[in-house]
Parts: sequence; structure tokens; C-alpha cells
Amino acid sequence: MYRYIVTRLLLAIPTLAGAAALVFVLMRLIPGDVCVIRLGSGGAHVDEASLAACRQQLGLDDPMIVQFLHFLWSYATFDFGISMWSGNPVVHEIAIRLPVSLEVAVLATVIAILIAIPLGTISALKENTWLDHFVRVMAIAGIATPSFWLGIMSLVLVLDITYFATGHAWRPPITYVSFWQDPLANLAIVFLPAITVGYRYSAVTMRLTRSAMLEVMREDYIRTARSKGLLEQIIVNRHALKNALLPVVTLIGIEFAFLIGGLVVTEQVFNLNGIGRLLVQAVQNQDNVLAQALVMLVVAVFVVANLVVDVLYAWLDPRIRYS
Amino acid sequence: MYVRSGLMAAGLGLAVAIAAVPAGAQTTPKRGGTLTYMIPADAPPSFDGHRETTYATVHAGAPFYSVLIRVPPDNPASTTEFVCDLCTEMPRPTDGGKTYTFKIRPDVKFHDGAKLTAQDVATSWNYIVFPPKGVTSARVSYYEMVDKIEAPDDATVIFRLKRATTAFLPALADPFSWIYKKETLEKDPHWYEKNILGSGPFKFAGYEVGQVIKGVRNPDYYHKGLPLLDAIEGIFADKQSVRVEALRGDRAAIEFRGLPPSARDQLVKEAGKDVVVQDSDWNCGNILTPNQKKKPFDDVRVRKALALAIDQWAGAPALSKIANVRTVGGIVFPGSPLAATKEELQQIAGFWPDINKSREEAKRLLKEAGAEGLKFELLNRNVDQPYKYVGTWAVAEWKKIGLNVEQKVVPTGPWFSNMRAGTFDVAMEANCQSVVNPVLDTGKYLPHTVYPENYGGFEDPKSIELYEAMQIETDPAKQRAEMRAYEKHTLDTMVHEIVLPYWYRIVLARSYVKGWKISPSHYLNQDLANVWLDK
Amino acid sequence: MTITARTPAPVAGAAADELPDANRSPLRAARQFVRRQPLGTVGLVIVLVMFAAGAMAGWIAPYDPEANDFAAMMEAPSWAHLLGTDQLGRDIFSRLVFGARTALLVGFSSAVVGGVIGLVLGVTSAYFGGWFDLVFQRVLDVLMAFPLIILALAVVSVFGTGVVNVIIAITVPLVPRCGRVVRASALAVREVPYVDAARALGFSHARIVLRHMVPNVVAPFLILLSAFVGQAILAEASLSYLGLGVQEPVPAWGLMLQGGAEEYATTAPWIAVFPGLAIVLTVLGISLFGDALRDAIDPKLRDR
Repeated sequence: MYRYIVTRLLLAIPTLAGAAALVFVLMRLIPGDVCVIRLGSGGAHVDEASLAACRQQLGLDDPMIVQFLHFLWSYATFDFGISMWSGNPVVHEIAIRLPVSLEVAVLATVIAILIAIPLGTISALKENTWLDHFVRVMAIAGIATPSFWLGIMSLVLVLDITYFATGHAWRPPITYVSFWQDPLANLAIVFLPAITVGYRYSAVTMRLTRSAMLEVMREDYIRTARSKGLLEQIIVNRHALKNALLPVVTLIGIEFAFLIGGLVVTEQVFNLNGIGRLLVQAVQNQDNVLAQALVMLVVAVFVVANLVVDVLYAWLDPRIRYS
Repeated sequence: MYVRSGLMAAGLGLAVAIAAVPAGAQTTPKRGGTLTYMIPADAPPSFDGHRETTYATVHAGAPFYSVLIRVPPDNPASTTEFVCDLCTEMPRPTDGGKTYTFKIRPDVKFHDGAKLTAQDVATSWNYIVFPPKGVTSARVSYYEMVDKIEAPDDATVIFRLKRATTAFLPALADPFSWIYKKETLEKDPHWYEKNILGSGPFKFAGYEVGQVIKGVRNPDYYHKGLPLLDAIEGIFADKQSVRVEALRGDRAAIEFRGLPPSARDQLVKEAGKDVVVQDSDWNCGNILTPNQKKKPFDDVRVRKALALAIDQWAGAPALSKIANVRTVGGIVFPGSPLAATKEELQQIAGFWPDINKSREEAKRLLKEAGAEGLKFELLNRNVDQPYKYVGTWAVAEWKKIGLNVEQKVVPTGPWFSNMRAGTFDVAMEANCQSVVNPVLDTGKYLPHTVYPENYGGFEDPKSIELYEAMQIETDPAKQRAEMRAYEKHTLDTMVHEIVLPYWYRIVLARSYVKGWKISPSHYLNQDLANVWLDK
Repeated sequence: MTITARTPAPVAGAAADELPDANRSPLRAARQFVRRQPLGTVGLVIVLVMFAAGAMAGWIAPYDPEANDFAAMMEAPSWAHLLGTDQLGRDIFSRLVFGARTALLVGFSSAVVGGVIGLVLGVTSAYFGGWFDLVFQRVLDVLMAFPLIILALAVVSVFGTGVVNVIIAITVPLVPRCGRVVRASALAVREVPYVDAARALGFSHARIVLRHMVPNVVAPFLILLSAFVGQAILAEASLSYLGLGVQEPVPAWGLMLQGGAEEYATTAPWIAVFPGLAIVLTVLGISLFGDALRDAIDPKLRDR
């Protein structure tokens, strides 16, 4: 087991290095640089000498290979650099934004699990009834709806409904408050985004729960249990669900990893100051250092989540061996 | 006056203790309260006004700083009037218009208690005009006429110019030119990027990155009786719908940059008297630049056809319902005495009163140049208001003379670099200035050998000659005539650029916000000293 | 972002080497499909309607989708404009009909190109195994975890925002997802006797891969493909929302949701509602049909 984990961790190194090379190249393929944007975005005159000074200060005029080796070396020494845009340490920039994103992601996961597992199970048990069809269509609709559109629509809907019901429209607070400061205000901010994300997430999970349940219910041991005359409820709870949840756990873990990198659009819609929006800003400002750090973070989360899921999976299901 | 105060009375602004109180002002300003305002941006890159060019820095930082001179806070729309902030009176130039001597107020203190002297003023200005190595100053080129800045004693600052020019005072009133402490600047010129310490009406009280910036009243402020507010809170929100919602729900009282007409219509309809509108022509506009290094745009007939196809007189009022544009104008800001009248404009290609005649001529020119049905790309910036609206409009107008234009919209960085590298057919540019200073602002239309930020890729000695003649002229009437000649040459004879309708600034506020007046630039008049709350 | 949805690998070995119903008449098969898969049939009908709309847009649309009309800006739905007009006075119904072209073009070409590249790479990797496979897997990991926005932005910044460039940006992340699934399926058939036999007979690698291995992974591949079409349409919408998709004045659903959609969501909701519904409906149709197709091809893969 330890051997397996160590091997997997070693295999993560080339993945991370590959991602590093890719983001490095892509960021530099985009024409322009942070200095031009910073000195020129006001629409006024840009001074060539200031531009040159700015580039020199940020190391943008170093040869590419020097910049790349510097990037790799600093990461190897856990130095993630200084944002080219704000001049603050990247770690600091990310640390400010991470809590919001994590909160939305965790809440969305909880919502997804709460919706998906009961509905998926019922759908499987009532296979091919109208209930099953309804749940399936709802699930596919969740996958078919662009999350940003759902976000915009749900904001408008909440606004209209509260206006209609109470006479004045309800709006989420405009500045972020942490959960520990004011739990209610905090939930008011993250609730809608979490539902928007959670719906899609639950749709994916629900479909898998249903099919896993269907498969398990056809297994021999369930049939044996049935023939022994056990109550249907006990069969479902004790035997079927437990086994069906294995692949569902995998999916939840992997989707969670995707979620962290996938909050870009949601945070844009709900004006959340999270890492998804930070990534958009970093890319638009051509802040290479910050963009690189964020991509590496997203990739690292992905790698670790995959590893955790695999280990967990093997641990839960003794039939699987490490290879 | 070119400022239209939508629902507001003209006497809304109250200029206390600075200038004569305007006749229309009846209410006595109330003291106290916290002004919450929206800043339409993500976190500004830094708080150093000298190096940044974004309004995000000004809207966040201006309340904490003093400047040497500025546009009058009670009449910020004036394009010709400037008043003292740190000086005691506006000087008359001596030495044939080449020397300006400013006396500095003796009663100014930085927020840490230290006295502000002429040394601080002169050093700050020297860092702006002649930045030492390793220091970035964004506006060096505004001050190429300045020869020397010195402080012979603690109460005097002298600016010596290379030549007399009407462009100097407007340039000096630049709203980014905050006065820093000499000692701090000399110790660490980058200190002001991350720290705020000025002598302005408010003291810095806190900042959360990308969220909120806070200030409290400076009790030692030298303009006696000001500021009127106890505190200010600027909330950063890049997203427009968030800002509109904040105003609608009274979570914030005002947004200073300008919102599109849709927001105005919606808020006025819903909030009625609780929301007031101030609007004004904006000293910014989109211009179309054909790349003359590329065929067939080297042919003046093709460029002229591009201009003639666009129906500005019909387009501007329609676009003004959905985008931040409104007034048709030439190369000079429509509010300036140097601007062309409507009759003068109508003589220029692209501004003809009869659009059918204009389009016929455009088709004829295209045929003559062998460029019928030309297919090309319009390079545009990935910004909705008003770039993409105006771009989509231009594309549809060109289609009417048989041109096939695809819009290439890219983020700011690539947009700039494509223009700088000359890798475009026609570019949608923006010319956006702070203080209205037509003599400097129209430098934009000179060939790149003189003005590096002209991306048209042309050589034109005649244009430089006309500009120089206009620039050195000090008699207003003659200068106006010279300006017309330069304008006609740029837009009609050579069609180096196509000037599209000027932007239109619409500022929405809760009606209890008083004392702030709109100006033609979102950079100006942002120290908030005169603002008060009527509640 | 919706693009990050990932299809879990189907159970290895489940590749359908015998397609059921293969020897029945197409008409009977179709009838049976309709009876057994009512949802799938609905999906198929939706997809066909969208195809028809796109193909005959010129006849169906009452207005030029790109023509501004300043006399009719932001009009609510009426008989003159069935679904209302947008900010520039363009007929939304006409733009939706023409937009079906863009959506289906982007959806299908991204899915097919991404899928085929993923198929070839996945099978090749499984066939050769060893170092090649190991390196290939790492490359897939990188592409899979990589945020789409950076990739899209680079493509768009370098090449511009034409339809083709948008397709490229959307295709790249689809490749690893297909590659993974196909590789897993292909690994299962690598060791079966006839592949060994083919190798022993000295057939070329290309021939063995194409003739013997590819056909055996076709079932999971087809299922993935239907999922990809929907994902690609959604990805295009997301990119458009961020301003990196197809550009004005080209009629495209995602583009119609950008800018105006939020600005006018409360005052002129038809601008945002209808393009969104068009996307949901189309992707829903494709997914329902895809699900049914999968059940028909191989019941074991149900709802994976």
C-alpha cells in the first residue's frame, strides 16, 4: 500500500512538470504583457522608457529558458513568487480567495449528495415508472443547463419572487463575510452559487447512483437475500446501497477536484472573490506568475484527489489490488 | 454648458470655503455619515497614482491625497478653469510664459502629523516628470515641455518650461499627481505602491484586497470645514449587475465611473425620486484606425469609403439608448471651445448630413479603388461598454456598402500588442484622457514617428506641420482656425482615423448624496471632500 | 465550467463485439427503439428539429439575423417578432434559428475531431503499452486537469475568435477524456487470441490497431461521442460568456447570452431566456438520445 502511494506520488511529478511547461508556454503565447496592460489600460499615452523599466523590473526581458528554469527552481524550493500585477506574494493572493471557493465547493458537494443519493436510489428501485423518468429527465436537464445561465436566471427569479412576496427584493450581501464572522450573511452569499453548481453536480451523481443501484440489485447475493425473505428495506439499506456507493464515492471525489478549477464561470456570475475569478483576472492581466501558481494549484488538487479516491476505493473494496 | 444634469438641479454641488457658493444652492450641507460607493474594478494593481493609469487607483486613493492644482470641485466640467489645492493662488506665468511660481500653503500636514512643504511638492513632481532609474511614471510624456522643477524654500515651487504652451496648466492638473512625502520617496520610491499616506481630506483606515477600502475624516484638513463626511467606504465590484443591484437596494449610494443607459432607465423607473442621474459628455471616445501599412488601406479612397459608410447622426442617438455613447464629434472633445460646430463637422467625410449621398460616394470610391466587396477584420477589445456595441454597429454599417467585416475581439493585452505590432486591418481604439486638454489630446492623430501610440502606420509631414502651427498659437481664435485645418486634414483629406461618437458618462446616485458634481472625466474630482449626505 | 464533466470509464471488457439487433430490418429496429426508449425518441426528435432549423435557417428565419433595426430595439415578443428583439433591434427568433447552425457545427465537429484523435491515441497507447503508454497517460493527466480558460484564451489570442478557433479550443480537452476511456477498453482486447494471432502473422501495427482493435472499442466510443456533442455546445456557451467564443455579429446562442443577457435580465428577460432555453433543449435532446442509444447498443453500460 505505501509502495503504491509512493509510486503514485512519484508519477505525479511528471504530470506537474508537464502542466508547468504547458501553462508557461501558453501564457507567453498570448500577445502582450502585464506592463503594456498596466501602463496603457487607462487609454492614455504609454511611455516606451517606462515600459522597458517595468519589463526589466519584472524579469520579462530575460530569455525564455531562464524564466522557465527560474519558475521550476523556485517551485522546487516552495517559493511561489510575487504577483506581477499587485506585487503581493502569490500565496497571500490565493489565501485571501481560497476560503470562498472552498466553501462553495464543499456546500455544493453536500447539496449534491443530499439530492443525488436518495433520488438516484428511488429512481433505480422504481425503474421505468413515471417517477424514474421524471428523475432521469431532471438529471439530464441538470447536465444540459449552462451553469452561468442557471445562475443569472436564479438570481433574477429570487429577486422577483421576494419582491412579489414581501414588497422588496432580496439580494445577497455585496461584500464577503466569513462564516465565523456572520454565519447567516455568509450563507446568503454562498447559498445560490452552491445550489447552481450543486444541481449539475447532483445530476451527474444521481445518474451514477441509479445505474450502480440497478447493477447491484441484479447481483446474486441480493437475489439470495430476497429469496431468504428479508425485508426489501433491509436489503436496500444493508446490502445494495453500501455496495452501489463505491463508484459514487469515486465520482464525488473526482468531481470535487474538477469543481475547484471549474468555479471560473460561477464566481464570475455571482461576483465572488474566489480563485476562479482570480484566475480570470490573472490571465487577463497577463500576470504570468499568478496564473502559473493557480494552474499548478488546480492540477495539484486534481492529482491528489485522484490519488485519494483510488486509495479509498481500494481500501473500501478488498477485491481491488494495487498494480 | 455641456453638462446636462438629468434630474438634478444645477445648484446641487456645494463648494464650501473653496469658491463662491453657486447661486442655485439653497440647502446647507449636513455633516457626518459614511458614504458607501462602488468602484467598478477588481483590486487596483497598486495605490501609487504616479505609476498607475487606471481609475481604480484614483477612485480608491484620491480621497487620501492632495494635489498641487486641480479642476474646480464646484465646476469640474469646466475645460478651461483650474484652481489651487496645495498652492495659495494660481500664478501668472513670467519669463514670457516659461516660468510658473507656486506658493504652497503653510497649514498642511500629512496624516502622520508631519508638515507638508514645498520640498515634498517639488520632489513628488520631479519623480513624476523625471523618474529616476527603477521608478515607473506613467505620464512622463505629458510633461515634455518641463525643463526644471525646483523648491528654493519651503513655501515655493517653481516650474521652468522649455517653451510657453497652453498645454502646461491642464497637464499640471492631472488627478494622478498626488503629493508624497519627500523623505519616504527618497528612501523607498516603491513604498506608495502598497501604502497610503497623504494629506487629503480622508485618512486611510483599511483595505481588504479586491473587496473594500475605508477612510475616515481628516480633522486637520487644511480646507477649513471640510470634509463633510465622517467616513468613506469604497466597494470593489467589477461586475456591472452587482453595482446596479447595490444602488437599487441602497447598499451603496453612488458609482462614480459611469453606468450604461440600461441601468439608468431601470433604476429611474424603479426607484424614482430616490435615485438621481448626472450625465455629461465624456472625454473619451472610440476611434477606428485603418492600418495604412496593409493594402488596400494605404489607399485614401478606401479609408474615406469606410468613414462615409457610417451614419453617425442616426447611429449615435440609437446607440445612446444601449451604450455609453452619445455626442457626435470631431477630434476635439465637444465641450471644448476648440471643438468643431455641427456645421463645421458636416463638411467632413463621415459626418455628411445626407447618408444616402454619403454611401453612394463610398461605393463609388470603393469601385474606383477596386475594393468592392472588401473583406477584412475589425480588431476590437473584449469590453462590452461601449467597445463591442460600437464595433457591432460599425460592422453592420459597413455591410450596407457591401463590405464583409468580421469582428476579432480579444482581451486587452493582445488588443494592445496587435495594434503596437501593426498586425490588424482596422482597429477599434479608444482615446481617453483625464483633464480636457485638446492641444495635447489631439496629438494622438499624429504619425507614429511623433506620437508612438498612433497605430495607423503612416508618414505625413503635412499633418505634423499643421499640428505644430496649432500647438504654438496662443491666440484663441487663431488657434481654433488652426485646429480646424488640422482636423480637416486628419479626418477628411487623409482619413487617418474615423472618430466615432464620444462616450457619455452617466453617474447614478441615491438622492441623498449631495455635493458631488460630474465632470467629463471619471478621473477628475474624486477627493470627495465636498460630498455630504442629506439624511 | 461545464466542460470539466468527465465520463467515468466503462467496465473494461464490456466492449460490444456483437451488436444486438444487427441483423434485423432497420424499420423494425427503429420501431422497437421508439417503443423501448420513449425518452430517447423525444431526444431524437429534438435533435432532428434543431438540425432542420439549422439547415433551413434561410427559409425559416423571418429577418436577417445580423441586421440592426434601431426602430425596434428591445421589443417584447409579439407577432412581428415572435421572441422579441435584442438591444440592437435584431430579431431573436431569426438569430436563434441561424444560431442552431453555429451550435451544431461547433458541437459535432469538436466532438468528432476530439473523439477521433482520442480514439486513435487511446488505442495506440493500449496496443504498444510500456513507455509509450506511461508517457501518454501523463500527457492525458495534464490536459485533463488543465483549466480550459487558459487554453482557450491562448488559442483565441493567437488565432482570433473565429468559429474554427473556438472549435480547436473546445476540442483539446475532449481528447484526453476520450483517450482514457478508449484506452481502458482497448487494454481488455489487447491480449485476446486473435490480436496475438495477427501479431504472430506479422501484420503491421497500423493494420492491427485499425482492423482489430478499433472496431472493438467502437461501442464505448459512440456513447462518449454523444456526450461530447452536448459538452462542446455547453463549453462554447461558457467561453462566449467569458468573451472568448464566437463574436458579433455572428448569430450564436452562447454569444446571445453574453453582455446583454445579464444587463437586461430583469428589464427585457426574453433576451436571456430564449437562447438559454435553446441550449438546454438541444443538449437535453442529444443526451436523451445518447442515453437511449447506449442502452440499445449495450444494456450493461446503462447510465454510465
